[in-house]
Amino acid sequence: MSSLIEWISQPWPWYVAGPIIALVMFFLLYFGNTFGISSNLRTVCSIIGGGKNCEFFDFNWKNQIWNLVFALGLVIGGSVAHEYLSSSSEVNISAETVAELKAYGIENPGNHLVPKSLFTWESLFSIKGFVMLVLGGFLIGFGTRYAGGCTSGHAISGLSDLQLPSLIAVVGFFIGGLAVTYLILPYLLTL
Amino acid sequence: MKFLKYLFVGLIFGITLAKAEVISWFRIYEMFRFQSFHMYGVIGSAILIGIILIQFIKRNNVKSLDGEPINIKPKQFSIPRYLIGGIIFGLGWAMTGACPGPMFILLGNGIGVISVVILSAVLGTYVYGLVRNKLPH
Repeated sequence: MSSLIEWISQPWPWYVAGPIIALVMFFLLYFGNTFGISSNLRTVCSIIGGGKNCEFFDFNWKNQIWNLVFALGLVIGGSVAHEYLSSSSEVNISAETVAELKAYGIENPGNHLVPKSLFTWESLFSIKGFVMLVLGGFLIGFGTRYAGGCTSGHAISGLSDLQLPSLIAVVGFFIGGLAVTYLILPYLLTL
Repeated sequence: MKFLKYLFVGLIFGITLAKAEVISWFRIYEMFRFQSFHMYGVIGSAILIGIILIQFIKRNNVKSLDGEPINIKPKQFSIPRYLIGGIIFGLGWAMTGACPGPMFILLGNGIGVISVVILSAVLGTYVYGLVRNKLPH
């Protein structure tokens, strides 16, 4: 048993993760639902009363409880992986990425899941932290609902079903992501 | 009890994305800089197996757990909606290094400040709901 835990505690390669993600999608379909995590954000808007002055949030959110439970599973899964199944906090990014981020002033790139200096409460009061976390989060919420889905709903579910709208959305994800990574982050990170 | 299976599948998904480092800001940066195959391998193999599983469902008329036919609704066609919405999401994805699934998984990993990202995302969704009638769809 301990050798199994030790084995699981290594970082998992892409060819293990990808098929499991596909199986998660399959089981949600088999349970009579669909794989799409950003819908939970809309459900939360409905629960806190957003439906009173906006018809977009006026729906029976109780039909979405299953998805909130799924999201709760994500939090618990993250916690289990962190507490019991991780031998190290290092992320095995390429040497090229490490060198590049060092040049932008990120300390020890890849030593933790996220850049430690950015993902702090104090950082929210800096321009860099505010833009990346507060504005970034806002754009995720706005964009996913505008596009009708996020990585799970479009990139995985939609493309697996060979849907053209999802391909357009994924092209959009990359246009936005490349613009930030190539044009904005080099300035923002060195602020 | 009927929700327990969702908790379990979510748990597996959370562990998988954490263990494959998909929830790492560094992995998303690396992906957008094309400096590693890792993320493309994860997403690409998920789609490949996903295509096979969905074709299997369709060709064999696989029924859901409740015995209902599994219907996957086709998304209504539009270019501006998916392209503009997609670009806006992509901007946020590259900044935070997290899409909606990983946000929750990072919370479980003890990255407390990600709760601000989640609240901001809820606010973004709310503002979209308020202005959606004025946007091209």
